[in-house]
Amino acid sequence: MKKAGKQVLMMGNEAIARGLIENGCSMATAYPGTPASEILAAVADTGKQLDARMHIQWAVNEKVAFEIAYAGCQAGLRTAVSMKQVGLNVASDPLMSAAYMGTAGGFVIISADDPGPHSSQTEQDSRMMAMMAKIPVLDPDSPRQAKEMVSIAYRLSETFNTPVMLRPTTRVCHSRQDVRPGTIRPLEVKPDFKKDPSRWAATPKFRYQLHLALEEKLARIADHKATDPIWQNPKANGRRAVVSSGVATAYTVEAIKALQLWRDLPFYQVRQPFPLHTAFIRHLLETYDDVLVLEETTAIIEMQLADRSRIKGKINGVVPRVGELLPETITALLAAFAGVSTQIPSLAQAPGRRPTLCAGCPHRASFYAIKRAAPRGIYTSDIGCYTLGLNLKAVDTVLCMGAAISQAAGFYHAYKHEEKRPDIVATIGDSTFFHAGVPALIDAVNQNVRMVLVILDNRTTAMTGSQPTPATGKSATGETLVKVDMETLVKGCGVNFLEIGDPYDTNGFIAMVKAAVAYSRSDGPAVVIARHPCIIDLARQGKTADPIEVMVTGDCDGCGFCHQHFECPGLVAVDDGQRTAVDALVCNGCGVCLDVCPKGAIQRA
Amino acid sequence: MKAAPTYQIVISGVGGQGVLFITRLLAEAAILKGLPVFTSETHGMAQRGGTVISHLKIGDFASPLISPGKADGLIALKAESLDQHGGYLKSGGWAVINGHAPLAIKGTTSLYYLDADQQAREIDDPRSVNLIMLGFALASARRGAFGHDGLYCSPHDVEAVLEIRLKRKNHRQKSSLRALKAGAESVPTA
Ligand code: SF4
Ligand code: SF4
Repeated sequence: MKKAGKQVLMMGNEAIARGLIENGCSMATAYPGTPASEILAAVADTGKQLDARMHIQWAVNEKVAFEIAYAGCQAGLRTAVSMKQVGLNVASDPLMSAAYMGTAGGFVIISADDPGPHSSQTEQDSRMMAMMAKIPVLDPDSPRQAKEMVSIAYRLSETFNTPVMLRPTTRVCHSRQDVRPGTIRPLEVKPDFKKDPSRWAATPKFRYQLHLALEEKLARIADHKATDPIWQNPKANGRRAVVSSGVATAYTVEAIKALQLWRDLPFYQVRQPFPLHTAFIRHLLETYDDVLVLEETTAIIEMQLADRSRIKGKINGVVPRVGELLPETITALLAAFAGVSTQIPSLAQAPGRRPTLCAGCPHRASFYAIKRAAPRGIYTSDIGCYTLGLNLKAVDTVLCMGAAISQAAGFYHAYKHEEKRPDIVATIGDSTFFHAGVPALIDAVNQNVRMVLVILDNRTTAMTGSQPTPATGKSATGETLVKVDMETLVKGCGVNFLEIGDPYDTNGFIAMVKAAVAYSRSDGPAVVIARHPCIIDLARQGKTADPIEVMVTGDCDGCGFCHQHFECPGLVAVDDGQRTAVDALVCNGCGVCLDVCPKGAIQRA
Repeated sequence: MKAAPTYQIVISGVGGQGVLFITRLLAEAAILKGLPVFTSETHGMAQRGGTVISHLKIGDFASPLISPGKADGLIALKAESLDQHGGYLKSGGWAVINGHAPLAIKGTTSLYYLDADQQAREIDDPRSVNLIMLGFALASARRGAFGHDGLYCSPHDVEAVLEIRLKRKNHRQKSSLRALKAGAESVPTA
């Protein structure tokens, strides 16, 4: 047994991972997504050294990750699955059903939300998904509490045989705090699946029974002592109270103190926003004239407070419904609620820098080639670093994981009776292709969709920090796995045109995409695999290729072609845009720009 | 009893410059001194060359974010950050900025400049702007630039952290220590 240690600096995600390990989680699965990615990576970092029986894996997508971990808990083990909030959409099918069937071993679903949003398509609130599925959800305010809540969640799950959701937000996941590691409880890996088809494979008739039981369970969970709300300042007296959950609680603590209202404004932290404790609801409504509710992002707690006349929150527009609840917003809301005045300086609304593909990123070279090969095409794309092809005007749509291919099909069907049909080029990353692209490609083959699919195969899941894909044959803990071959998979979907090229070979690659476009116009779906490893991933592995030194000669007349069409941050406009120069601090030496300048002004140094 | 001093520092730059790395070093230095720490970081899309900002809070705090008008200091790895994030500074705060300009006072903020890009070129280590700026900030604090309290840690404390963190990466450890030192030695004496 590992003993508790002294304080260490832990990121919220590391604290959650530590919580899983301390609490005997023997199976952890995930699909990467900001802000949740570091959870599984941290479990892998320590878990495997402790006990080789622990199963730790990146799954091909969130649904698969969920189902694997769920089966583990059906076999009686403590398991966990982690993902970002939109990943939970992908896993929502098993989630809804698992809530009915319940669990045998403890099962924790970690779904990280991203109010803001900072790195997501939506600001959706996973607690709403918990409510829809009818499972309890815990909402931590800090890395420290997130770790504590893992332990509470397992006990809750095992007491009521229910999946339990832990819902951290970006500000919990990606903050660091001094946290004391606790004692690690030894793993009990004794799988013991008790067959019970009327439950584990229930028909609709039995599902009705399960639903009845679930409702009854929820009523008891709403009375569960271990997840009771915490009255933060029990000495405070007043007719107005504040209720919060998640990181809004942390801001509220600081703001109430700064406003010197600690003794005047009773303040409660809800740890379990759903189901909200019945006695707490009664207490609030019996005791206070006015209640201000501060939570991210949807009015989950607020919705469960029946007497609307006394509640101030998102539903009546007192608290903003969109965006993060920042400390300054919370301070202003509290001051107004308590009737005190305060001065809050505001930040300048400076735009900041837009993100861009790294200097030397192979995606940039691919986009450049695509635009040369199909200049007036419709470009559907997907979720990953390559979403930033936006800056190059080589990305017209981004919907959700895998949609590049199905949307390309949709555009084809929309235009197919027109006399002039646009070329359609879809781009998707390797990891995203495996995640949700394959079924869409099967559909495109089946319908003979005339499109080009460029799979941007950089051999990693780059955006989220270089997690392996099924093609890399590496596990989360670094062991060798069976490689899934992308070419075979594409052919297996029924694709007849398949070429593989290196986008760094600018002219050769443009020719390849042109051939694919020509094929797609007359025959059907054509696939090009653009294969070149992510340079960040290469650097991480210490495998950076020798740089090609480039320079801009006197032939540059400042036309700006390279900035507009290529946008490498290594090329900068100088002398008021009269000239372009190479920024040696930024350039990665990929050499692709050598073929980009129409004047031939970019040369080897 | 006097309340323990607190520090709130904003660190900003663009993705790829290593904002997170120096935030981490400052946080670890606080841990080594037994001080409570909170940081908040930018991850994801913005790390690809977009604006990246870290909040660092040392002392008795409950939350990871700094409110506008409350930061003691700002370390800006890009000069433009002063316009963008200067609003976090309290009156009388300080900013250490990567840029070429003389020491100045803007409003109530003292601005300390160092052309760290140039320095990075000089030591032939293009990725070291972050550590040069950190060394510069820590040494400026030592010289009393940021008021009596200075900062809670010295260049020496951060060296200790680097030595632990990069224990197995000899080459990086050496170059990091060199960059930190180069920055520290750039503080004008007088
Ligand atoms: S991390 Fe890799 S894939 Fe992402 S932009 Fe940079 S080089 Fe391209
Ligand atoms: S060689 Fe050219 S394209 Fe490649 S990183 Fe340097 S400036 Fe950018």
